[in-house]
Amino acid sequence: MKRFTALILVACMALCLCLSGCGGSSDTLTLNVYNWGEYISDGSEDTLDVIEAFEDWYSETYKAVVHVNYDTYASNEDMYAKLKTGAVSYDVVIPSDYMIARMASEDMLLPLNYDNIPNYEYISDSFRGLYYDPDNTYTVPYTYGIVGVIYDGNQVDPADAKDWDLMWNEKYSGSILQFNNSRDAFGTAMYRAGIDVNTTKQSDWDKALKALTEQRPLVKSYVMDEIYNMMESGEAAIGAYYAGDYFTMLDAQSDDVDLQFYYPETTNYFVDAMCIPSCCQNQELAEIFINYMLSEEPAVANAEYIYYASPNRLVYENDSYIDEMGEYAMSILYPNVEDFSKLYNQYAYRNLNQETLDYINALWETLKIS
Amino acid sequence: MQAKMKPAARIYTGLIFLFLFAPILILLVFSFNEAKSLSVFSEFSFKWYRELLRDSETLTALKNTLVLAISASVISTIMGTGAAVGINKLRNKAVKAMYDSVTNIPMMNPDIITGISLMLMFVFVGQLFGMATSLSFWTMLIAHITFCLPYVILQVLPKLQQMDPALPEAAMDLGCTPLRAFLLVEIPEILPGVITGFLMAFTLSLDDFVISYFTQGNGFQTLPIRIYNMTKKTVTPKMYALATLIFFAILALLILTNLADSGEEQPKKPRKPRRHKKIEEETT
Repeated sequence: MKRFTALILVACMALCLCLSGCGGSSDTLTLNVYNWGEYISDGSEDTLDVIEAFEDWYSETYKAVVHVNYDTYASNEDMYAKLKTGAVSYDVVIPSDYMIARMASEDMLLPLNYDNIPNYEYISDSFRGLYYDPDNTYTVPYTYGIVGVIYDGNQVDPADAKDWDLMWNEKYSGSILQFNNSRDAFGTAMYRAGIDVNTTKQSDWDKALKALTEQRPLVKSYVMDEIYNMMESGEAAIGAYYAGDYFTMLDAQSDDVDLQFYYPETTNYFVDAMCIPSCCQNQELAEIFINYMLSEEPAVANAEYIYYASPNRLVYENDSYIDEMGEYAMSILYPNVEDFSKLYNQYAYRNLNQETLDYINALWETLKIS
Repeated sequence: MQAKMKPAARIYTGLIFLFLFAPILILLVFSFNEAKSLSVFSEFSFKWYRELLRDSETLTALKNTLVLAISASVISTIMGTGAAVGINKLRNKAVKAMYDSVTNIPMMNPDIITGISLMLMFVFVGQLFGMATSLSFWTMLIAHITFCLPYVILQVLPKLQQMDPALPEAAMDLGCTPLRAFLLVEIPEILPGVITGFLMAFTLSLDDFVISYFTQGNGFQTLPIRIYNMTKKTVTPKMYALATLIFFAILALLILTNLADSGEEQPKKPRKPRRHKKIEEETT
């Protein structure tokens, strides 16, 4: 009796294992997409549900059913760790530039067949051949952004709002927010001092640390996401963040807050691009999806939802998009598109060698502890 | 107990409740805010509740979470009750103590270690069988059962120890088969423990983040992970609405179980077997 029960239990467990192995095989195609959270138009507030629209479009065009498994991640590192274990398999991922460089160097990306992505022609030349993919083999850019300084016009004298110096201005002691991550925080000090942000010279990083130490007494707090609420409520008056996020804050600011934005002379740029990781199960389907994301309707919907700038001509030359964004937002989101690749390749953060990364982290610790 | 609370005690109690419930209250208030902001309350509206109902990804995540929590808690309650009965029957004290502590390990272990080790094991086994993706709903379910199990055992075991071992024996003397004696006599005795164990397993599975995070597979994202992943941009007020709804669902569940508990206890008293009372009198 006992033996019989034990046998049944073992059989059950074996069955479970089998099911987990062969689950999900049927006639419908499956596309696994791995993207940042809140990084696609999802149908809320009367926007287009891009994933659903893709499924419909696919079944109409190819007379076959495709099901999109759409998962999200919170950071490049999370995504990288998950893929690196080899426990999951995704067909499309959308990492940031430096992570793309790293993944390409570790053979984690597949070269794209651009014949399946005809819409790539709408990506202007300024967004091709960027440092993370110099020969355009692995990537199709999705969004880009530029760091600028956000300030509350009711607390800050506009005459002071110049370059990075505003973040070191003693007049606003106790109202300044600084990034709570080493690379971005050091970046503000290095752009201000005209130091190359990708330098491996330790003395340059020491200089940046000195500037951050001077700034420390003025800083209200070191923040990432918290910046939204602190700026919107007027609790803080000055902080650096991405241009697209400034508009998110503008939407939610209190009545007595008047948020303004400007670009310092030199600053950081990022690009998030669609790639196909080497664990991809259906490359052609993934390329069809990437191509679909570049077509006008979904691309415009995504750009309006995310509020980040799009490298897609179909978006930033689309009249209804320009209308929706307004002249002011367009001027901030798309400042001199023609020069983008030059500025980007010169100023954007690149992946540093381990030794330098360790050194920065050590410096960052001393700053936070002191 | 009957005496009136002193003012200081009252203030203290009030403060404790304030700290416990202020965050939920704020969430509740701002879930009805028309604007997106946490600093301005512009106008009362159900906007975010409507948005929530239209957000298919979040609703899928909610469904995933519930499916996972219900299956994990049901399975771990059955397995855990069985295990507790088995452990309780052990004669050898040393072996019993060993089983006790071994079942406690997943509970005492930090979540992050349980999560990583489970993930490593799944990946290892998956690669052994040459699977393209070793993580899936099933691995997540196994992981959740693993960490729920000790809580169920911990709830059921004391009830079994409190139970008079003579009860099932008497039932069998009177002609019950062992199975019937277990189902009709033992189970009703330990039912409160089983239910508490089930509820604990359910809530633990519902809000687990760390272990789910490491064992999550393709296309099966739970709510805590989805909310965490919103941090590139801000968490939308839709989530306040969702959290409010979940809070009230849990509150209703809690009130229901409390009502059921108090309703159960009263008719039980006169039914208590006399032998129990005698033993109690003798020991006191």
